[in-house]
This record gives sequence, structure tokens and C-alpha cells, in this order.
Amino acid sequence: MKESEKPEKGNQIIEEAAQAEYKYGFVTDIETEVIPKGLDEDVVRRISALKGEPEWLLEFRLKAYRHWLTLKAPTWGHVHVPEIDYQAISYYAAPRQKAANDKKEIDPELKKTFDKLGIPLEEQLRLSGMAVDAVMDSVSVKTTYRERLAELGVIFCSISEAVKDYPDLVRKYLGKVVPYTDNFYAALNSAVFSDGSFVYIPKGVRCPMELSTYFRINAAQTGQFERTLIVADDDAYVSYLEGCTAPMRDENQLHAAIVEIVVEDRAEVKYSTVQNWYPGDKDGKGGIYNLVTKRGLCRGDHSKLSWTQVETGSAITWKYPSCVLKGDHSVGEFYSVALTNNWQEADTGTKMIHLGKHSTSTIVSKGISAGHSQNSYRGMVKIAPKATGCRNFTQCDSLLLSDTSGAHTFPVIEVGNDTSVVEHEATTSKINEDQIFYCNQRGISTEDAVGLIVNGYAKEVMAKLPMEFAVEAQKLLSVSLEGAVG
Amino acid sequence: MNALQQYIDLYDESREVIEDQSPELLNALRPAAREQLATARLPRKGSEDYEATDLEAVFAHDYGVNVNRLPFDADPAETFHCDVPNMSTCLYYTSNDAFHSSATAERNIGQVVVEPFSMAAVDYPELMSAYYGKLAKMSDPTVALNTLLVQDGLFIYVPDGVVAERPIQLVNIFNAALDMMVQRRLLIIVGKNASIKLLACDHSQSADYHYLSNQVIEIVAMQGSTLDYYDMEESTPKTSRVSSIYVNQHEDSNVLIDGITLTNGFTRNNYHVEVNGEHAETHLLGMTIASGEQHVDSHTFISHNAPRCHSNEMFKYVLNDNAVGAFAGKILVKPNCPRVEAYQGNRNLCGAPTAKMYTKPQLEIYTDDVMCSHGSAVGQLDEEALFYMRTRGIGIDEARRLLMQAFVADVIDGVRLDALKDRLHYLVEKRFAGTLSNCAGCMASCKNS
Repeated sequence: MKESEKPEKGNQIIEEAAQAEYKYGFVTDIETEVIPKGLDEDVVRRISALKGEPEWLLEFRLKAYRHWLTLKAPTWGHVHVPEIDYQAISYYAAPRQKAANDKKEIDPELKKTFDKLGIPLEEQLRLSGMAVDAVMDSVSVKTTYRERLAELGVIFCSISEAVKDYPDLVRKYLGKVVPYTDNFYAALNSAVFSDGSFVYIPKGVRCPMELSTYFRINAAQTGQFERTLIVADDDAYVSYLEGCTAPMRDENQLHAAIVEIVVEDRAEVKYSTVQNWYPGDKDGKGGIYNLVTKRGLCRGDHSKLSWTQVETGSAITWKYPSCVLKGDHSVGEFYSVALTNNWQEADTGTKMIHLGKHSTSTIVSKGISAGHSQNSYRGMVKIAPKATGCRNFTQCDSLLLSDTSGAHTFPVIEVGNDTSVVEHEATTSKINEDQIFYCNQRGISTEDAVGLIVNGYAKEVMAKLPMEFAVEAQKLLSVSLEGAVG
Repeated sequence: MNALQQYIDLYDESREVIEDQSPELLNALRPAAREQLATARLPRKGSEDYEATDLEAVFAHDYGVNVNRLPFDADPAETFHCDVPNMSTCLYYTSNDAFHSSATAERNIGQVVVEPFSMAAVDYPELMSAYYGKLAKMSDPTVALNTLLVQDGLFIYVPDGVVAERPIQLVNIFNAALDMMVQRRLLIIVGKNASIKLLACDHSQSADYHYLSNQVIEIVAMQGSTLDYYDMEESTPKTSRVSSIYVNQHEDSNVLIDGITLTNGFTRNNYHVEVNGEHAETHLLGMTIASGEQHVDSHTFISHNAPRCHSNEMFKYVLNDNAVGAFAGKILVKPNCPRVEAYQGNRNLCGAPTAKMYTKPQLEIYTDDVMCSHGSAVGQLDEEALFYMRTRGIGIDEARRLLMQAFVADVIDGVRLDALKDRLHYLVEKRFAGTLSNCAGCMASCKNS
């Protein structure tokens, strides 16, 4: 191929790719209770009152809000977050359910929405399915399989209900992994957080089904500030999935979540995300700003936390699911595929903080950039002086599908002793032309060949996803990539 | 606290003295540097790109500055003799910040120009004004400080087509009986299809005083030129150095920079390379052997601004005792620069529980058709290799030494000067054996005569 032909072909293909539809872009026409825009102490009090929260939680929110006022939005990310007017956002939006008096029935309109998204809310229809907590805007709509899980002592409900039903547990763990002083967005979330899931797995229990939360932004000019807290007690195991979508809109919407995970002795938590917020149109108009703080604390010895994420949505992603490996022999894992197209910007990665002896961590990050997008891996591996015998392996690869996109890696490694081994590898390149040629030779079109190669490239991460999610993620990857041949 | 203030005050007080003794060219940039420093602060530990290094603390010490350019001792060229076997270099000295040439330097006359700024400003005013202060970024406060206080420097010019027969050796010596800071400045211009090899050695004559060298080196490599710059540091635990090297490469140029630290106190090396021409090649090598309280921080930035250029980086650290090592490297490929190949490697051995290594390899790529990679590893010597050697009757200490030597060997093998390569193998062996004296690395072998 001649040099001069390349940009034209690239442009044509990018255009084709941009036309791939975002199929979750519809809006549900449902009556929504939205509090007026703006943020001050009264709004924080009002959110707390609307949710009927106890005094200590209101105090927590107010402390966070006052701290937030002293902070400035971080600018170190390789993303361009425009100045956000925090007074132009509504901080609470609740779909008004018609059959609100009967908790077991859910509004048919809401059910239709989640059916359209492929989320099973009717347990009888999907006997083999997973337990789902569905969150629309600021409230949890329904949590399935609660009774069956309760028999085993597993608590799976929205965090608002948990505050009412299990106040001691929530109080014990809330804000302990991600304190409100952590960063700008964490402080904001701590002040105004709405709904999210609460999971508690008691000692020795292996959760028999996948737990899943589905987040949906529906109302316009609102922000979503969900908060998830997962606690796995000694010897427990749980696999938790998270999915998210939003309507197509011209204006940008803010999503600033916090996920906290505590893993006790010999327990294991597997956290998988398929993030598919609306990424904006092909000119970069609209889309969600996904600015989240996710962190897990492996508190117990031999505990294990595994993050798997497939990031295809959002106009801007700023997210670093991290592990604090405090227990001896604890294990942290991070597997990520981040795909950006058009004008999307992603700055994502992880932090592995080794505090316990003989703790190990693995990081596999695969970035794919197409169109005019910017895709960065930012990570940190820190080994404390007392954490002897630690081991880390990091691999982050980037694939560039267009000459106007960018791929970047910013890893930080700090090793504080002489018995730990840390390895980091990164490569950046485009798809091997020989591989495409080989596929062409065998009658596979260039587009399919790229799909094959990209799926093969991401396979290491996909293999870590629970089965049903893996199928969805694979489809998502091929839709997002449609036609994107560089 | 603002450590810079004492130097700004010094400048304000002795501005006339400084300007009287300097070429007009150097004075011309001072106001801009002064303005920059008015608001600048030296980076503290933990700030971006200074994760392990506290420059504020380094500059806060009360150093003397030789504003009046009083001469120290005798001319070093008379007392120092270069008698290193197989290294017939053209030898020059910088005693603190004053430049001296030696008898062997005469050999290059008519070809390569090596002279202080004060002479170069008269002999080559056009070159000086075209390049002095043009590459170094004043946004770095240490560069601004150097520009503010520097009174002389060394100008090295290889005219078009000239291939320097002998390497040039520049020995930088601290020989003051008081705590002292100096501003060293180099401007190296390698003309079209010209070639030169340069070796710089840093020494301190006394281990009793605190010295700080704040140096800025600007290198222009014209089309088709070749430059090797070897930078060897063998100073004392009380010697600190902040060195910033700025390189501008034109097409088909080939630049190799090799920074070797065997003994020192505190060192921060900044390498900033702008690759502006196609088919240019850049090699950055670094080797650090640190023990005691040594602190070595290297920071590299290679910007590929043209297609089809090639860069290669390899930095190796061996850390023992309480030594702290840091490496941060960034490879940038700008848009529309296809076929760039860039590799970066950083390998580190932590040999003691209290030794610390910080590393941050980075890639920033804006073109798709490239091959870029970086790798970084921190670890220990291979237990199995050690065991194997011990079964063959080699003692544990000896086995460790051999393996550590093997570990740094590939950085030494990148040296494109055979005599220096052999010498380095020998010096590294001595360094690991703990028998390297303060002066052994200096090819001037000054004290032997």
C-alpha cells in the first residue's frame, strides 16, 4: 500500500465505524422526580432526607461536602475534562413508580426498559439466571433473588435499603477503603451518593450465583453518583458483575461512582464490569463523563481480589480499580480491555499496593484506539519496605487502528526491598499487516480479519469474564470496532 | 522555603560583577532567566517527575558561588597527566567552572574547535548566537538558574565533514577548600557529516566539602553527523550534580549518550532529545552502581518529530545498602511520524533490603504505524545461577560479583570506543570488589604523577 493512499482509506473506514449504532441510546418516557439543579448543604440534607437516612450518614455526607469545597478537580489525567458546572446538575432523580404501594410489582414501563436492555427482572422467566439489582438514575428499581440469597445469609440489596436494614454493617465499612478525603470526585460522591448495591457474604459462604448490578442513566441533566460496597467475610466467595448504559444525548452527563470492596481471610471477590455508557456521537458531541474511584482492600491473609473490565463506552473514562494487598499472601488481579473510538478519551489502569508479605499481583491491560481517540494506561505498583517476597507482573499492550488516534502508557513502579520482583512490559503497534494479508489470502475480508485479530488480542482478558458477560463483551467489541481497519 | 531565593539575591547583588566578566551573549539571556525564576520553585520529592528526588533540599545548602572568578590553586593541566594506555585523547580540564586546556589538546588544532565561550563569542559569534540557550528549556528552574549565573562555558564545534581522529576528554574537577556550587555549560555543535567522540569525567578532589554542579549541555547534531558522549561520574558522597542534556538531531544523525555513575552523592540526569530528521538514530545508555547513601535519578524524554527514526534506551541500576535509584523515561511519537521504532529498557537489581528503586517508563504515541515498547523490571540475582556457581566452587561473594558484572555488561558493550570499553569493564570489576579508589576512574590519573 502506498503511503499516500493510507489516510483516505483510514478516513473512510473511520466514518463507517462511526456509523455503528449505539443501540442502548433510547430514553424511557417515565415520570421522574428530580430535585432542582445545584449543590449546597441543603441539597445534601435533602437527598439524605429523601432517602430517610440516619443522622450519622448525614454527618458523613456533610463532612464530605465541606471537604469537597476545598478541593480542585484533578488535571493530571491524559483526558480533557471540560470545566464542569456543578451547579447545573441535578443530584437526585427518581423514576416515579406507578405501583409504588406494592413493592413486589414494578412499573411496567421500567420493566420494559430493562427488558429492552436484556436485563431479566422477572425471576420466574430466568430460573437459571443471576441475581440482579437494577438501578435507574438515583434509585434501585428492583433486586431479584433476594430471598433465596438470604437463606444462605448473603445480603444483596441496594445501599439505601442496607442503611435501613443493616446499619451496623454499612457503618463499619462505608468509607473505610475509599475515604471521602481520597480525591475530588470521591468527596463529591460521598456527599451526594444515591443508590448502588450492598453485598455481604458471611463467613464460609460461597455465593451460589453471580450477583449483578445494572446501572442506567435516564433523566436528562442529572448526574449519577452510585455507591457500591462489597464485603466478603472469611472464606467467602462472590462473583459480581456491573453493566451500564445511558441514552444518547447532545449534552454531557456526569457519572462519579465509588466502589469499595473488603476481602477478609481466604475470601475471594471477582468484580467484572462491562462499561458501555453512551460514548458520544462521531463528532464527539455528548456522552458520559465516567469519573469513578474503585478500590478493594485485601485485608485478610490469602485473600484475593480480581478486577476485570471491558471499557467501550463513555466520552471520558477516568478510572483506576485498585487493590490494597494488606494481608500476607494476598492476591490482586487486574484484567482490562479498553476500546476507544471517534473522540473518546480513556485514562484507565490500576494501582497495586503491596503491604503484606508474599502478596502477588498480575496486571494485563489491552488498549485499542481508533478514530481520533486517546487511550492511556496509567498504573502503579508499589512494594512497601516490609512487604517481602512480593511478585508483580504487568503487561500493557496498545493497538492503534488509525493514524489520528493515540495510545499511551504511564506506569509507576516503586520497590522498597530486595526480595520482591516486579516486571513491566508494554508494546505499542498497529495490526500486523502480515496477519491481515494471511486472512485475506484465505478469503476472510479485511474487516473480519481485524475483528478476529482484535478478539484474539483481547482474549486473555475476555477469558476472565463470566460466561454470559463474555458473550456480551465480545459482541460489544465487534460492534464498537465495526469497520475500524487502520 | 525557597532555596532559589538565595541565588536570586546573589545575582541581584552582584549583577554588575557577573556581567562584566561574561560575554555579552550570556548576559543577553539573564533577564529572561531572572523573570522565570521569580515565580519558579524547585521540585520537591513526590511532585510529578520527581517521585524520589528533592531538588529543593539539594539546593538549600549554603554553597559558595565564585562570582568574582578567583583562580584556585595552580593550573590543573600542569599537575595532571594523562597516561591512560591506549587512550590518546585530547585532554581538557574544567577546574570548578574555569576552563583549561592541556598540551595534548593542541593536536586537534585546525579541525575541531574547543574553546571557552569567552573566545568562541569572538571567533564564532554567529554559531554562538544561533544555538546558545536555544535548546535548553528555561521552564526547568535548574536551567534558568544556570543561565542566570553562568559566566563561562565550553564551546565544541566540529566543522562540516570533519571526522575527529582522537576522542576529546573533558575532566571536570572540584578543587575548592570550601562548599561550592558551580554552573557548568557546554555547547556542542557537530556539523554535517562530521563525527566526534567525547568523554566527560566528573571528579571531586576533596571528600570533606559539599559540592554542587548544576550543568546544562546543549548538543546540535547536523545532518549525517555522529556524536558519542560518554559521561562518567566518580565523585564523592558529598558531591551533588544536576545535569540537563538537550539534544537536537537532524536527519541521518546518530547520537549516543552514555551516563555512567560509579561513585557519587546525589545525581539527577535529565536527557531531553528532539529528533527532528528522518532516519536519525538515538541511543541513550545508562549504568549506575550505587551503594551507601548514593542517590541517582535519571529522566529521559525522546520526542520523535519525524518519520522513520529510531531510538533505543537501556538503563541499568545495581543498588546496595541504602542507595536510591530512580528512572523515568518517556517516548513521544508525534502525529504523522510513521515507521518510528523506539525501545526503552530499564533493569534493576536491588541487593539490599533498604535499597529503593522507583521506575516510570512511559509511552505517548500519536501515530499508528510504529513499533514502540518499554520494559522495566526490578529484581534480584538469579538464585539458581548463584547456586550453580557455588557448586563449582566459587564463593558466594565472588559469584554475586560475577553475576552483577554480567548484568551491566551489555550497557558497557554499547560503548563505541574500544579503549574505554575495556577500561570500564576493569573499573566496574574494581567497583564491585570495593577497591575502586576515588581517582581510579579518572583517565587523567592525576595523583600518580
